[in-house]
Amino acid sequence: MGWFTSLNLVVSFLFFIPLCLASKVPTQPINDVSDQRKSILALTHATIHLDETTVLEDATLVIEGERIISIDKNNKPLNNAITKDLSELHIYPGFILMDSDIGIPKPPKETPFRWGKKETIQSTKHGAFNSNEAIKASTQAATHYNIDTKANKTLRNLGFTTALVHQHDGVMRGTSALVNLRDDDEQKAIIQPTVSQHFSFNKGSSKQDYPVSLMGHAALIRQTLLDAQWYKKQNDMIDLDLAAINENSQLPNIIEVSNWHEILLANKIGKEFNKRFIVKTAGDSYQSIDAIAQSKQSLIVPLKKEKAPSLNNELDLFNIDYKDLKAWELTPYNPGLLADQGITFALIPDQQDSKSFLNDLRTAVKHGLSEEKALASITSIPAKMISNNEIGQIKEGAFANLVITTGNLFEENSEIAETWVAGQAHTVNGLPLLTNGEYQLTVNNENHDILIQSKAGKLIVKAAHNSDQTKYKVKQDYQFITIEMIQSTDQEESKDHIDKNGTTQQTLTGYVIDKQVKPLTSDWSLTYIRPSKTETEETNELSERPDIPFPFSAYGLITPPNYPNILIQNVTIWTNESEGIIENSDVLVTDGKIVAIGNDLKAPKHTHVINGAGMHLTSGIIDEHSHIALLSVNDVAVNSAMVRMEDAINSHDINIYRNLAGGVTAAQLLHGSANPIGGQSALVKYKWGVDADEMLIDGADRFIKFALGENVKRSSSKESIRYPLTRMGVEQIYRDQFTQAKSYQQAWNSYNKLSSSQKKKTSPPRRDLAMDIVLEILNKDRFVSCHSYVQSEINMLMKVADDFDFNINTFTHILEGYKVADKMYQHGVGGSTFSDWWAYKWEVNYAIPYNASLMHKAGVVTAINSDSAEMSRRLNQEAAKSIKYGGMSEQDAWKMVTLNPAKLLHLDDRMGSVKPGKDADLVLWSDNPLSIYAQVNKTMVDGVIYYDRDQQPILEKHIANAKKALVTKVKDHKGPKKPFRSAPEKIMHCDTLTASEHNKYHQLSGGGYDE
Amino acid sequence: MNKLIVIGLMAYTLSTRALPPVPAQEQSEPITLTNATIHIGNGQVLHNAQLAFEKGKITRVGHFKALITGSTINLQGKHVYPGLILSSSNIGLIEIDAVKATNDYSETGQINPNIRSVIAYNTDSERIPPLRFNGVLLAQTTPQGGVISGTSSVVQLDAWNWQDAIIKMDDALHINWPSSWKKQFDWNSFSLSFKEDEKYQEKISAIKSLFNDSRYLTTTNNLKLATVHSVWQGDKGVHIHTNDPKAIIESITYLKSLGIINIVLVTGQAAGVVIDFLKNADIPVIIAGVHTLPQSDDSRIDEAFDLPFKLAKAGIEVSLTYPDSMNSRNLPFIAGTTVAYGNGKEEALKMITLNPAKALGIDAIYGSLEAGKSATLFITEGDALDMRGNIVTDAYIDGRKIDLNGQQQRLNEIFTLKYKQ
Repeated sequence: MGWFTSLNLVVSFLFFIPLCLASKVPTQPINDVSDQRKSILALTHATIHLDETTVLEDATLVIEGERIISIDKNNKPLNNAITKDLSELHIYPGFILMDSDIGIPKPPKETPFRWGKKETIQSTKHGAFNSNEAIKASTQAATHYNIDTKANKTLRNLGFTTALVHQHDGVMRGTSALVNLRDDDEQKAIIQPTVSQHFSFNKGSSKQDYPVSLMGHAALIRQTLLDAQWYKKQNDMIDLDLAAINENSQLPNIIEVSNWHEILLANKIGKEFNKRFIVKTAGDSYQSIDAIAQSKQSLIVPLKKEKAPSLNNELDLFNIDYKDLKAWELTPYNPGLLADQGITFALIPDQQDSKSFLNDLRTAVKHGLSEEKALASITSIPAKMISNNEIGQIKEGAFANLVITTGNLFEENSEIAETWVAGQAHTVNGLPLLTNGEYQLTVNNENHDILIQSKAGKLIVKAAHNSDQTKYKVKQDYQFITIEMIQSTDQEESKDHIDKNGTTQQTLTGYVIDKQVKPLTSDWSLTYIRPSKTETEETNELSERPDIPFPFSAYGLITPPNYPNILIQNVTIWTNESEGIIENSDVLVTDGKIVAIGNDLKAPKHTHVINGAGMHLTSGIIDEHSHIALLSVNDVAVNSAMVRMEDAINSHDINIYRNLAGGVTAAQLLHGSANPIGGQSALVKYKWGVDADEMLIDGADRFIKFALGENVKRSSSKESIRYPLTRMGVEQIYRDQFTQAKSYQQAWNSYNKLSSSQKKKTSPPRRDLAMDIVLEILNKDRFVSCHSYVQSEINMLMKVADDFDFNINTFTHILEGYKVADKMYQHGVGGSTFSDWWAYKWEVNYAIPYNASLMHKAGVVTAINSDSAEMSRRLNQEAAKSIKYGGMSEQDAWKMVTLNPAKLLHLDDRMGSVKPGKDADLVLWSDNPLSIYAQVNKTMVDGVIYYDRDQQPILEKHIANAKKALVTKVKDHKGPKKPFRSAPEKIMHCDTLTASEHNKYHQLSGGGYDE
Repeated sequence: MNKLIVIGLMAYTLSTRALPPVPAQEQSEPITLTNATIHIGNGQVLHNAQLAFEKGKITRVGHFKALITGSTINLQGKHVYPGLILSSSNIGLIEIDAVKATNDYSETGQINPNIRSVIAYNTDSERIPPLRFNGVLLAQTTPQGGVISGTSSVVQLDAWNWQDAIIKMDDALHINWPSSWKKQFDWNSFSLSFKEDEKYQEKISAIKSLFNDSRYLTTTNNLKLATVHSVWQGDKGVHIHTNDPKAIIESITYLKSLGIINIVLVTGQAAGVVIDFLKNADIPVIIAGVHTLPQSDDSRIDEAFDLPFKLAKAGIEVSLTYPDSMNSRNLPFIAGTTVAYGNGKEEALKMITLNPAKALGIDAIYGSLEAGKSATLFITEGDALDMRGNIVTDAYIDGRKIDLNGQQQRLNEIFTLKYKQ
């Protein structure tokens, strides 16, 4: 029996030669005599982890060929099996890597999009594929899979035996294949050729411009899934990608995201199409854990490692953000947190640095993830995600995919000895030559107590007692070991071998068989005594999970108080109603609404009373034109109507809080101005500490961004070829799109009129998400806010709208509105302008700060907007400029940033004035709100006080302390440091795609404009 | 209104609308402003006071009984301020940001000490009249870009040509002091981050060798060295531009070690980190950008607004500027903003009048309304630091009464008339 065991050990060292255990591809020609075998192998006396919960001590696992045939608790000897004694070793199910491109050709390099380049409007890919190059749904990983033995080995060394592979390229990436990480034949390695369908919000190597924004990517997924449905019924064309989508419609859907926001976006899209995505995350879910738990999607989570920000001295703190420090602190808690929330997830290695996977897994366990969950997340859970019951567990009939470790996987010192793939052993660190523990070494009849331990496949020998100064060196040569014993002579009075250093040296060589040493000379022997006392380690103390700010920002460390009733007393009220300004009066707020205005109002029970003496109360500022709280702003399609800003809301943007501190309570978050027809607006209230969807104003009318002029005709780009390049072309785009929308409606009308039998014989019109929206405009179900500057184009768009029988709702920017204010009044369009911006491009050359006053005097509903995260927090000052330029009355000036934008956004029935019944979006000012000396004291949205100046000193101190504590932690931290730091929050504008260009202009001035 | 008159008026206005305002004539007779609230610019306010000026110079300010010859203007209820000073501005060097042909503020190359802004200063720039309309009457026209951008000059904003505009020619050398971290856009995370600048040492060495090599002029045919030599001679100041705390300490410590005295720091929120250092360094500090966002996510919401007051309270001589000349007309309002955040009104005014005059070395003549100084001042209906009060009715530069209107006012006039028809 001993003989067989040692033979197997040799075999396992020589794993790369296909021996009897590897089964062949039956269809392959043989260049030899037939040598078919089906050996049975028993791994005995092992601790077998059948799955994350069931552990068999001292049990036997029997393997025949590629598969497990039995598991025996009693180690009953098997006559027909080769046995291998694995006592003291653990066997785990092989790990499953749920996201990999191993063996798949690397996609071409991504070329980052830049404005100013010559546009690529069509797909550059040849063949009967989708019109958008980012849709690569017909890609099949199985057809591209080519065994990569080097990469296989790297993964097996981490314990992975199986991987789900797909090509990481495009928005729809085709199907994945499930492969065992074996080195022989693809025919055997692929165990499931078509497993899941893959998506992402990253167009990858596609050279086509559209999409560039997050909303654009979402829109492309929606349109493509709709196209696939239409494709089934049409008979006009072949599109291999759409065909593949239909073919793969029953497969699990996996989507890769680059931040937690996109996890929620995936959920939204999934719901629309009755799909449930498995989401491969970026390891940052802890930043919004509740919403992610509620989405109930399964996740694939990298064991991300965040490096600590480098910090040499206090001066460095100027450029180091609390968020960076906090992300570094919290990242290791992410898996534990997901588990606590009951989220189903598979773990994968950190993609930047996968080598330390086992360590990272243990780190996760130290940070709150249970060992069971940790093991399940790399074995049974991934198997369940793709409904494969041949992997992920040790059970009869399953693949013999095993990880053999020298101890419990989660113990610091245990190692992977071997990884088995389909019955084939692959050495990692190798099985230990000797059992770990205390031994007695007898040399020349003297006894020495020693400890022997295997580490990374090497034996380490040391004296068992601290007082013993003897040193040991071990050399291994397969089954031969040589121990060199070095003793100081002052301790041991050995007679011979005294060298110059005053030490004696003994060389002891032996042969190991069955974990026993057979000395080559009779002057020494080695006897196993007992296992080494497990040094009661620092009892793996779970580090307590730190607080997680929500929103993930320093200013997320507070939660606003929740008062059912608020009474503001003795305050000067700017009503924006016929009452004008009421002095020394009270306002009562209940359940988020203004319920009463009057003198000496009685406070109901549980009322928070605010003394407003000497202060001014107004309705909240409404910013008709903002791009804060957005993950991206601009897409590039000439008609980008399919793009929805609500897909890209970032409710964690600190600028929300800063805007609240400036008295802003609501805004229209607009698409950028690169396209004649831009994306759908999101109308939001600035609430701090809610999820993106909760910011959206319920029941608000729907709006869309249009744009005219230099941005649309790509004036800043010398190379642009995109139609339109002139204002003449811009008009034609509108006329064409509206004409097409009408015929689109007609096509649907006639199709819908068909009887059901006729419908079966007729191809339905193709659903077009952009046309749907253009049609909504014509049907007065969506309203246009149009970026505009010069009078010719303003006039043009009103004409076009007249011809198509609808009204433009608002011209935004509208710097030459004063030139055509009379025509605007006739058309019934409003103007939302800058108070005093010009000189940044040619089309604003005739801008004047009297614009707001002139439009207002002509009867146009006029607002003043920001288009800037900085300026929006002092829109009260911008409103006051209408007094300087044009002599507007104070009350009218104030309406420019409150009631008038409410009217332009069709929200004036519930916002924009202080009136019983309206939303309690209120701002308490230290002074006349139009005064340069006015400060916001409190800002309330729907009756919740989100900003309170009186609380700021406490909060600021709290933040400073929290940052200081993190700094101390970073200073004590020995791990790697980041070579970079976060830069200040970006400010986005209409034209912004990236923050870099913008920053060039606004490093110090902080001003901003819509260039 | 008679339609004919309206059309006539329009024709008159239209004919002049494309032209810049005509520079004013020299002061012809002594003028006394009476019964005014006079904001001296040094922190003082005189109520119901007089200010007299003759041949462009202020002859007396205060409360006097004796009459003065010449004309008297009763300013009951009105305010008088010294002309506001806009420092570190690209005014006159740029017309329209997006039109490259109109941009003259940044020369190619990294080390450009010899570049002189004043010769490109366009007195007819459309950006100038809006400044004057709000009380900004003096400016430091300053080149930008590179490590050493060049040499600025101080000009008054009512002149036929750049030569006539000069108040102080070639007043300072402008250095963008390098930081060890530079901004970089990361395409992977689609965000802006700071990355260690490998060229940092190289840039610092370039500055240092320029100063070393220019100390003793051994050649007369090197324009760069000649320019920096004049700094050593004390003829020219050095203005350091940086918003990095380490660069502030490094640059000022270095220049002081050379014995250079006339140093000015142009910075932002980084100053708040090194207040003690700046106080001990005892140099003027120009804060470029009150209307900016807080530096980082965790910064105090008021960080940018109350910084000038914090620095002044520590004893630092603070000036404010609005460096982007597109919006610099709002200079009085950034001063006003600081008042909401702790500053005194007259202190805030000082930060845009006397303090910048000192920083630019023109305080002997400009920056405050004191006898002997230039009659460069403006009159408002109300509080000049507040949008509602900043209604400038008259302005004088060196005693010359300037035309306040520009294109914006003319277009307003035309279209107001159009809609009255």
